[in-house]
Amino acid sequence: MPVQPYIDWPGRPIALKWATYENREVTEVNIAEFTGLTLVGGFAAGLVGSLTGLGGGVVIIPLLTLALGVDIRYAIGASLVSVIATSSGAAAAYVREGFTNLRVGMFLEIATTFGALAAALVASRVPVTAIAIVFGGVLILSALLSARRQEKTAISHKPDRLSRRLRMDSAYPNRQGRMISYRVRQIPGGFAVMFVAGMLSGLLGIGSGALKVLAMDLIMRLPLKVSTTTSNFMIGVTAAASAGVYLHRGYINPAVAMPVMLGVLAGSLLGARYLPRAHVRGLRLFFVAVILALGVEMIFNGATGGFR
Amino acid sequence: MKAQNPRSRTAIQHYQVDERTEKTLGRVLQIGVLSAGIIVFGAGIAYLVHHGGDAASFKNFQVQPQSLRSPLGIFRALTELRASSFIQLGLLVLIATPIVRVVLSAYSFARLRDFLYVLVTLIVLTVLAFGLISSR
Repeated sequence: MPVQPYIDWPGRPIALKWATYENREVTEVNIAEFTGLTLVGGFAAGLVGSLTGLGGGVVIIPLLTLALGVDIRYAIGASLVSVIATSSGAAAAYVREGFTNLRVGMFLEIATTFGALAAALVASRVPVTAIAIVFGGVLILSALLSARRQEKTAISHKPDRLSRRLRMDSAYPNRQGRMISYRVRQIPGGFAVMFVAGMLSGLLGIGSGALKVLAMDLIMRLPLKVSTTTSNFMIGVTAAASAGVYLHRGYINPAVAMPVMLGVLAGSLLGARYLPRAHVRGLRLFFVAVILALGVEMIFNGATGGFR
Repeated sequence: MKAQNPRSRTAIQHYQVDERTEKTLGRVLQIGVLSAGIIVFGAGIAYLVHHGGDAASFKNFQVQPQSLRSPLGIFRALTELRASSFIQLGLLVLIATPIVRVVLSAYSFARLRDFLYVLVTLIVLTVLAFGLISSR
């Protein structure tokens, strides 16, 4: 008998069809096959995620739950681990180039780690259905956010008292190696958005990079290069705050997390290597469309009880 | 470009972290991620050899055994030489990597005598430690 209702969409990859259809029940997939499929999926998620700057977590959870029938709690645990892998791997490349604003990052970390820990602690009391629906909403939101994140934000030169007191104003090297100075604005607003980003990260096991960059780009007016790398640094630390809680809860299943972590890590390292040269507008739009569709499906599936 | 303006002196603080610490930071991250990847990869192969033919049933959530759920439990279970314990060890190394980075940042702020940010970093570390130790 069918184990779980599956909903098809036109562009569904053949490999996933093989796993869920063709009269196969998901329970018939053995560990070796599951590992292979998840490795490939994780690799693709990591590659596209790092090329577009959206991160792999937003794809890996729908992939595991909708296509491979994995319980959403295992998917969240595995995704959280892969988020740390992506973030740390990319940070190793960025931090030496002097883009990351460590003061801004560390200060905002207070908000994100508190948010993540709080959300992780209550997560087990939130019904799985609600988590799936919130996740779908976040997917749609981050798709919309990243679709419009194209224009450059104007660098702020207006002095800000709080920023001066917290010594956050800084500079970063441009392509010619010249230092471009910038100031930081509206720290309380950024702090509040970061708390929400941390909560979402702790509840859903994603990096919520889109929300972090939004806070730093649009509210605090950091230059794009600085906000991207600083947010990347923060994603790893935020995920580490809730990872411990999820480990204790038993959400981190070695058989699920192993292929996810390895696939995403390999994909994102490859993506980071080609990031400066890749022409990504078309890819980004495609990815945005995919995430939008996944978001709708997560909500639909959650609302119809598909995650029971 | 704004360097002539003495009021913007704070904006020209190019390096918030001294270069030596910055290099160490990058190294630590690389080593952390790489060793975690190698451990998980090796243990993953061993896991597939032993369990590759088992049915993959992850649709019903079951809490993992205690030996796979806490740092201490994972370390203790290593002597039993089970592949799943070693996968968890690799994941633990991975989770520790950003935490080590925060510790190094505290050290670097202390070297710059920037005690406000030493305090900020210690707050973050406290939250991180609580998350890892809390048993609920």
